[in-house]
Amino acid sequence: MRLNSVRDLEVLREQINEKRKSIRKRIRICGGPGCHSGGGAHLREAFQKLLDDKGVSQEYQVVETGCHGFCARGPIVVIEPANIFYERVKDDRVPEIFEKTVLGDELVDDLLYVFPETGEKIVRERDIPFYAGQERIIFNDTGLNWSTEIDDYISRGGYSALAKVLAGMKPLEVIEEVKLSGLRGRGGGGFPAGVKWESCSKAHGDIKYVICNADEGDPGAYMDRALLEGNPHQVIEGMIIGAYAIGAKEGYIYCRYEYPVAVKNGLRALEQAKNYGLLGENILGTPFGVDIFITRGAGAFVCGESTALMASLEGKIGEPRGKHIHTVEKGLWHRPSNLNNVETWASVPQIINNGGKWFASIGTERSKGTKIFSVVGKINNPGLVEVAMGTPLRKIVYDIGGGIPGGKAFKAVQTGGPSGGCVPESLIDLAVDFEKLKQAGSMMGSGGMIILDEDTCMVDVARYFLTFLVQESCGKCVPCRVGVKRMYEIVDRMCSGLAVPSDIDELERLGSTMQEAALCGLGKSAPNPVLSTLQYFRHEYEAHVNDKCCPAKVCKPLIHYEIDTEKCTGCGVCRRKCPESAIIGEKRECHCIDDELCVRCGICIESCKFGAIFIE
Amino acid sequence: MEYNIEDVDAIINQWGPTPASLLQIMLDINHRYHYLPRESMQRVSERLKMPISQVYGVANFFKVFSLTPRGRYVMHVCTGTACHVKGGPKIIERLQSELNLMPGETSEDLMFTLETVNCVGACAAAPVVVVGETTYSEVTPSKVTSVVKALKEEV
Repeated sequence: MRLNSVRDLEVLREQINEKRKSIRKRIRICGGPGCHSGGGAHLREAFQKLLDDKGVSQEYQVVETGCHGFCARGPIVVIEPANIFYERVKDDRVPEIFEKTVLGDELVDDLLYVFPETGEKIVRERDIPFYAGQERIIFNDTGLNWSTEIDDYISRGGYSALAKVLAGMKPLEVIEEVKLSGLRGRGGGGFPAGVKWESCSKAHGDIKYVICNADEGDPGAYMDRALLEGNPHQVIEGMIIGAYAIGAKEGYIYCRYEYPVAVKNGLRALEQAKNYGLLGENILGTPFGVDIFITRGAGAFVCGESTALMASLEGKIGEPRGKHIHTVEKGLWHRPSNLNNVETWASVPQIINNGGKWFASIGTERSKGTKIFSVVGKINNPGLVEVAMGTPLRKIVYDIGGGIPGGKAFKAVQTGGPSGGCVPESLIDLAVDFEKLKQAGSMMGSGGMIILDEDTCMVDVARYFLTFLVQESCGKCVPCRVGVKRMYEIVDRMCSGLAVPSDIDELERLGSTMQEAALCGLGKSAPNPVLSTLQYFRHEYEAHVNDKCCPAKVCKPLIHYEIDTEKCTGCGVCRRKCPESAIIGEKRECHCIDDELCVRCGICIESCKFGAIFIE
Repeated sequence: MEYNIEDVDAIINQWGPTPASLLQIMLDINHRYHYLPRESMQRVSERLKMPISQVYGVANFFKVFSLTPRGRYVMHVCTGTACHVKGGPKIIERLQSELNLMPGETSEDLMFTLETVNCVGACAAAPVVVVGETTYSEVTPSKVTSVVKALKEEV
């Protein structure tokens, strides 16, 4: 069916909502990456089978949605309309939920969320402190949305922003609205989106492109994956509006190869939008038309950089170029191209619907709106969190994130991936926005927040990012290609106990040279993980260099495994399990470890029932 | 799977024989054979009218492509930041000793390939290992040992 006018869209929306009224309850299964891998892959089929067997699939509906964000408690099942939230649901619990809560109105008590501090059981999804502390705007619908059905998106008001634009806004008015909102690019740079759109719309050329950067290479961040998988139409609608404002006739979504479900759902969404006439020629019966395609990347971090991404789209090696000519003037195939990140595009429909002024009322002076963070690592509630810009780090880590597991101490949070840095515990009250993170020596990046506890070695973290960058440097410019390699060698020496005192100064010198001389943004920011850890955790570097010890007991060459003579019972389990035969001792007598043979693999610690083996 | 020129041509036709389709064509070929057979690269170069050096340039640049055959089970160990701080390196070590392979290597019987991947976007479930379409979440060294054992028995 093709929609030939704005009116057609409204009629369709009414029809869908009318049909909805016959559905008594809806079972939402989270299809996000956390829930799916955590055992939720077959929940939908299991519920559907029960519905079919009972012959009630007209009254009850089971849908697979996008990510709910509360990945710590997955697999998640929510039953509408009361929004009863069940956590850690396994396949064998499906019949019970079906009988009690779907057909009946009883609760399955032991699947409810228990608030750890009070022991109180919470029934409704939004009453859980993890959700209650957030301000969900862009990421609100992902957990509600039947990720593969356009009708579901339309039923919640989808494509109404596009209709509003096509029914009565001039391209310049759209740009003004986005400028007014103060929306800044969510991919890392934080460049004002409206200004970028304006430059691209003013650039000379008949053919222009809109591009969605879904090459989310920043390790530890997955909000773009969740958005594109869970609510692809929100991104597509944003792109169509952008294309209208700029005057583009073609658009590309460049998605990572590592996200096959995002590609699949995106392709399906594009096809559905085309069938409704929301893509292609004469959208909603107006003269405006645009087509959008999905292209897969092939595993190169550097392709997240705009010029490298465009080179890759052209079928070339994904190497960046100098940006003396901006891509809004000469980008893809030397034509004006406007590239924004997934989350940026997904923000556009809301801005159009509610007005730029509304969006600008959220957030801080220079960082407007909300931001989705992927709060992961050593945290009790790992998942995706959307908060207003300027929310204190403490609130994100403790109130929403639930604090650090095992009673360990919070040490730092790594933000901005390989281009960012570490914010230490002393800055826990930092109001997180673009400026504050930059002042703290880190950056917003795409919104990854990896929480580190006292057991994390900061020198090892720096080495981790350098390993990553050595692999991912495209090799075009010398400062990055050779610079990260030399920095890696120095930090690796530190972790191996072979460093010399001048190494710390050498690292700083190399880092500042790279910041000055590298070609692209990724190269210029590559030394950040080292420089920011040096800024706040210099004492850890000094311990590695001068004392040859690793305070967090992580770097293998600097630690020893030992056996507590009080606790060892001489059971011999560790001796038998040790792959290097490094443990010796008579039966029922205290064992000991041959340090020369020990490779510090940790198998003995894992197998000891008495906790007798420790790291020194 | 045996190399077959018709299959490669079908892939090329699906995307259209233009340089802009190069990456998509190579991804599909790589997916089909688990690597890029030499003959397929020659065919792509002919059909797209591109120098073979350029085709190989792209094949070498991107991490997904392999120029040598890979195993039936490719064990992708995630090395994203969240996986790293939650014990990812121990998972790689254990798989190295279980499979007797270094990352990037394939066993002689073409059963297993050990690969690392810089983040698969399942960070809340860290550390993760992806084999085919299955993602194993919150893995421990002993859990990967049993995964490898189960895969060996499947054969």
